[in-house]
Amino acid sequence: MTDSRVVSQATPLPPGTEAPDFELASTPDQKVSLSEFRGQPVILAFYPEDWSPVCSDQMALYQEVLPEFRKYGAELLGISVDGIWSHLAFAKDRNLHFPLLADFEPKGEVARAYQAYRDKEGTSERALFVIDANGIVRWSYVSPVGVNPGADGILRALENLGKEGTS
Amino acid sequence: MSTTQWEAVLTMPVAEDRDHIQGPPDAAVTLVQYGDYECPYCGEAYPIIKEVQARLGESLRFVFRNFPITTSHPHAERAAEAAESAAAQGRFWEMHDLLYENQKRLSDEALRAYAETLELDIELFEKEMAEHAHTERIHEDFMSGVRSGVNGTPTFYINGVRHDDSYETEVLLDALERAAAEER
Repeated sequence: MTDSRVVSQATPLPPGTEAPDFELASTPDQKVSLSEFRGQPVILAFYPEDWSPVCSDQMALYQEVLPEFRKYGAELLGISVDGIWSHLAFAKDRNLHFPLLADFEPKGEVARAYQAYRDKEGTSERALFVIDANGIVRWSYVSPVGVNPGADGILRALENLGKEGTS
Repeated sequence: MSTTQWEAVLTMPVAEDRDHIQGPPDAAVTLVQYGDYECPYCGEAYPIIKEVQARLGESLRFVFRNFPITTSHPHAERAAEAAESAAAQGRFWEMHDLLYENQKRLSDEALRAYAETLELDIELFEKEMAEHAHTERIHEDFMSGVRSGVNGTPTFYINGVRHDDSYETEVLLDALERAAAEER
């Protein structure tokens, strides 16, 4: 009810799909690829931009809930189209201690591969993916851009991974 | 329009013997707030809640639960500990109010000064603060919030359902009155 604007949202890559691999910079001299986390669940949190108020709250919440994610052996990766220097300053300013990946060049390529790119705005959606230990998307969700989706959906998805005995 | 795929409802029911509560158990409407003592939006909500409580009187039950986001608010956890320590001495709400009225002064020294203002047993207060005696409860509040779909502070639940609208006085009052009417 907060958001009565008509929002056209992408349909994110659905559960059951193999998660497209990627390699993105997390610092000026470090790259992170999805495949290096094979064997453990991965949470991909696409967000539109560093610094915007909702993003900041969302990432602060995830930092706070990170120990709970870790209980499921899960790794958390934040992704936006911002460059690496913006990410570094943002992470430092907001006390974020998980990788923020720069989907910067070609811009939004990874977001597009996950069907979570907003062409008009040139940013990714606020989209969440939980990927299992075998690299399969098990849960995906796109939130209205102005709405912080919270962490509950992620925790439920991680719980369900355990129940289905795949991780 | 729903903002999530699932309905965000309170997963940990209000318990008279556990929660910090103002208002009668048989009130027509229960408002639960997940809050952070250092969060400026919670600071804005504080006088609004007071106003809403004054206007609704005995038909409202208000519950406060901790949701400190220490990543953004370095003093929030300690402030929550101070409030819980005051609660252990039966003075939760006085401390809660002092903290919101002094949001910019939440250092350990300031927290101790508030405990003195409230004439708490300082030795016990200091001991609990040093031992982090109440962190488990604070974390329990926090996780109950996460599991209920709290996505920032303050987040409100009216009769167990997340209030996704604004918390301006009139909007909140309206929502509370509607929920109260449904209960009758």
